[in-house]
Amino acid sequence: MVNSFRSILGSVFKNIYTVLIFTFLYLPIVVLIVYSFNASKYAVGWDGFTLEWYVKLFQDRAIMKAFYYTISVAVLSTLIATVVGTFAAIGIHNMKPLRKQLILNINNLPLLNPDIVTGVSMMVLFVFFKAQLGFITMLIAHVTFNIPYVILSVLPKLRQMPKDILEAAMDLGATPWYAFRKVIIPEISPGIVTGALIAFTMSIDDFVISFFTTGNGVSNLSIYVYSMARRGINPKINALSTLMFVSVLILLLVVNKRQGKESKKIL
Amino acid sequence: MLKKYSGHPYVLWSGIFIVLPLLLVIYYSFVKTSPATGELMFSLEGYRTFLQPLYLKVFAKSVLLALEATILCLIIGYPIAYIIANMKPKTQKIMALLLILPMWMNFLLRTYAWMTILQKNGFLNKMLSLLGLPTVNLLFTDGAVLLGMVYNFLPFMVLPIYTVLSKIDKGLIEAAGDLGADHKMVLRKIILPLSIPGVMSGITMVFMPAVSTFVIPALLGGGRSVLIGNVIEQQYLSVYNWNFGSAISVVLMIFILLSMGIMKRYDTDTEGEMNLW
Repeated sequence: MVNSFRSILGSVFKNIYTVLIFTFLYLPIVVLIVYSFNASKYAVGWDGFTLEWYVKLFQDRAIMKAFYYTISVAVLSTLIATVVGTFAAIGIHNMKPLRKQLILNINNLPLLNPDIVTGVSMMVLFVFFKAQLGFITMLIAHVTFNIPYVILSVLPKLRQMPKDILEAAMDLGATPWYAFRKVIIPEISPGIVTGALIAFTMSIDDFVISFFTTGNGVSNLSIYVYSMARRGINPKINALSTLMFVSVLILLLVVNKRQGKESKKIL
Repeated sequence: MLKKYSGHPYVLWSGIFIVLPLLLVIYYSFVKTSPATGELMFSLEGYRTFLQPLYLKVFAKSVLLALEATILCLIIGYPIAYIIANMKPKTQKIMALLLILPMWMNFLLRTYAWMTILQKNGFLNKMLSLLGLPTVNLLFTDGAVLLGMVYNFLPFMVLPIYTVLSKIDKGLIEAAGDLGADHKMVLRKIILPLSIPGVMSGITMVFMPAVSTFVIPALLGGGRSVLIGNVIEQQYLSVYNWNFGSAISVVLMIFILLSMGIMKRYDTDTEGEMNLW
């Protein structure tokens, strides 16, 4: 009797705690979404439903430009980082232990170092070589912090691969390039895709490193939000957040569905 | 051919864009422009400035706030990780996904959202006055910065702990129960010790970004709450004192790498891969 009462009490407490934690995690997002439809400019009270902020968002040239830079840096840096990172992983995989350890430690530096240190160090480099800060420098910075993620996702797949598979293919008459395309790439492709996805997300989400390595009027969405938010609440940011959150949600659903289908195919 | 040379472009790239920048920061932390000749000369002024009480206080405050955020995340996060790990496998998956989902939203926007909630006439005070409670002025205080840190980094604490907890062999818990251990004892003697690796990586993953953040204090502390990250940003972008900015960056970098090294010692069960490096 006492025991079952205690377990009921326990499960009630667990449920309340779970609800509280998830409320805490989602409250800010819900508030942003609700206020993005609020006619009141200062998000003080509810002044009725409006789509005004969405219209203003799309009319805002600076935001559209920031959006364009965000996407193009993300796409380009992901492409470059995926290619360089995949080849680098193959090279590292075949290195002698000492060299391998050294390059892997260097590879870990951008992941371990605080973002702000990575950001200022790259800025110092660009300024030292008198490079004009802007799109190209931001792109280089993104490629640099993206490559480690690709390498770290591809390496485990290379380790799982049978050791002499490349030699076997070449013994059977494949040219190195053909063996690479038809044997190695298919084996490690899940790692490449994972690495590319992480790289893309990291690039879209980055603020600190972009903030220090860009200039000349080039800013991504994060930088734009930062400069607007420092001036106070702005309902256009609410609308922007809502759109970004909804796109992420759709993207996740699509990825999940695709994965679901693939696992069914295997079955 | 492929095996031999495919790593070379990255060796070159990482040399130029990872190693060289850090060396340059170390270099600039030791030189400054001489006011007389305008040339660079050796100087320890950056480090000396850092040792002034004013900046030591800022550093101590950053470490303290980050520690508070880490402890809060642990206290809040451990129970939820435990609760999720004991759910049905299907529900576990959904809960883990729900936990990660907010992190897919841009970091800046998540922090900005709290400005809307905490501001004077914001959501929080609306709710409080509806309930007949006195309103609070949280925005632009250290409390708001702490809240922002806990909010942004809580999933970093929950996820590793959840992963470790969900891998614990249920047989161990049953065996302990069969041998007469009660619920509390199982928790203390089996579950807690086995979850230490998860706790350790959780602590690292919360503390590191918290101690170096400059976005959260800039937005939620409103310039009144200056942390070490803000000092670095100001030195580089508005004061243009690279000597001092670099000196703090070097100190911060050494501090973080050292604490990582210490944490790793306690983290006995690294996932094989990490041990290699």
